[in-house]
Amino acid sequence: MEELQQVLEKNGLVFAFLAVGLLTWGADMLSKKVFASKIPGSALAIFLALGMGYLGGLIAEGEQGLADLPLFASLSFLGGGMFRDFAIVATAAGASFLLIRKSGWIGLISLLLGIGIFFLAGVALAWMMGYRDAVSLCTLGAGACTYIVGPVTGGALGASSEVIALSIATGVVKTIAVTILTPLLAKKIGLQSPESAMAYGGIMGTSSGVAAGLAATDPALVPYGAVTATFYTGLGCLVCPSLFYLILSTLLGA
Amino acid sequence: MIKGLALLSFCFLAGMWCGALLGSWLGIDANVGGVGFAMIFFLLLKEASVKKGLWNGEFAFGIEFWNKLYIPIVIAMSASLNVKSAISSGLLAILAGILPVLLAFWIFKVLIKKLGTS
Repeated sequence: MEELQQVLEKNGLVFAFLAVGLLTWGADMLSKKVFASKIPGSALAIFLALGMGYLGGLIAEGEQGLADLPLFASLSFLGGGMFRDFAIVATAAGASFLLIRKSGWIGLISLLLGIGIFFLAGVALAWMMGYRDAVSLCTLGAGACTYIVGPVTGGALGASSEVIALSIATGVVKTIAVTILTPLLAKKIGLQSPESAMAYGGIMGTSSGVAAGLAATDPALVPYGAVTATFYTGLGCLVCPSLFYLILSTLLGA
Repeated sequence: MIKGLALLSFCFLAGMWCGALLGSWLGIDANVGGVGFAMIFFLLLKEASVKKGLWNGEFAFGIEFWNKLYIPIVIAMSASLNVKSAISSGLLAILAGILPVLLAFWIFKVLIKKLGTS
């Protein structure tokens, strides 16, 4: 056993691939079997990972969740700022100027409106809960956009690990809320046409939530919602740590 | 494969540099929008390489791999955060995850009515 532990600790990054892979596999099974694919496997996996981080924090009594256990130390390398930001840039491979033209001005307006609403609402709620510094407020507002924009913003601004964890949890709750509420409210809000699906993708933004929610509403609408939702995270990563942070810190006089 | 990866790396580093420059220019000790800049560079260079016929299956594979790896990375990150002390503010995550969504549903409804799209 001691040999095995040595091998695992020595090849930590490879072990981290295995651990994350197993967790993803388990989350996909759970999504299919228990939730009848109603909740996206990725949201579930992130939620489970946050739970693991909690357990890790209890056992190791550190500040890096599961990564404080020597066996899982490389999780913080795989999930560190460099790989995270690099992989996010790679997601732009799914976007193109053709798509931008296709989504047109409905797409642009809904995107700006969507990021603005979620950021503002997130900041307002964080303020009510007692957060007062611009960095934490900005990170939590960004987390209300998506679970990617939150940690990217927090990482860039130097927010605490605790606030970043909170921003991810917020984004995951949002994804699940969008997934569940979309098919329930679609008719009421007039979400029936390709154009409205495009606007919807831009306003809600969370691509996995929009895709899953639209699939449960009308599968034909999924590609239209995805066109605009693709840009949401990228645009959020651009404006939250820059423009929005500057506005916030100016308002707070810091 | 490595050529595509190199293109992505170039865009990433250039974007981060812009973010760092903007940060120091604004006088904040932070990388301001580096990821966003990198994405814009990448989008531009991607269009250019598609036009030049560089963008083939092998070339794109190096990028696609990282594109697919991003959820696993977020999972690894989530497991290595200070969740224990965040749990006391867990209510905020639930409220800030749900309330803005309801608000956005309402705004969407108003917007669709105003635009009159059917």
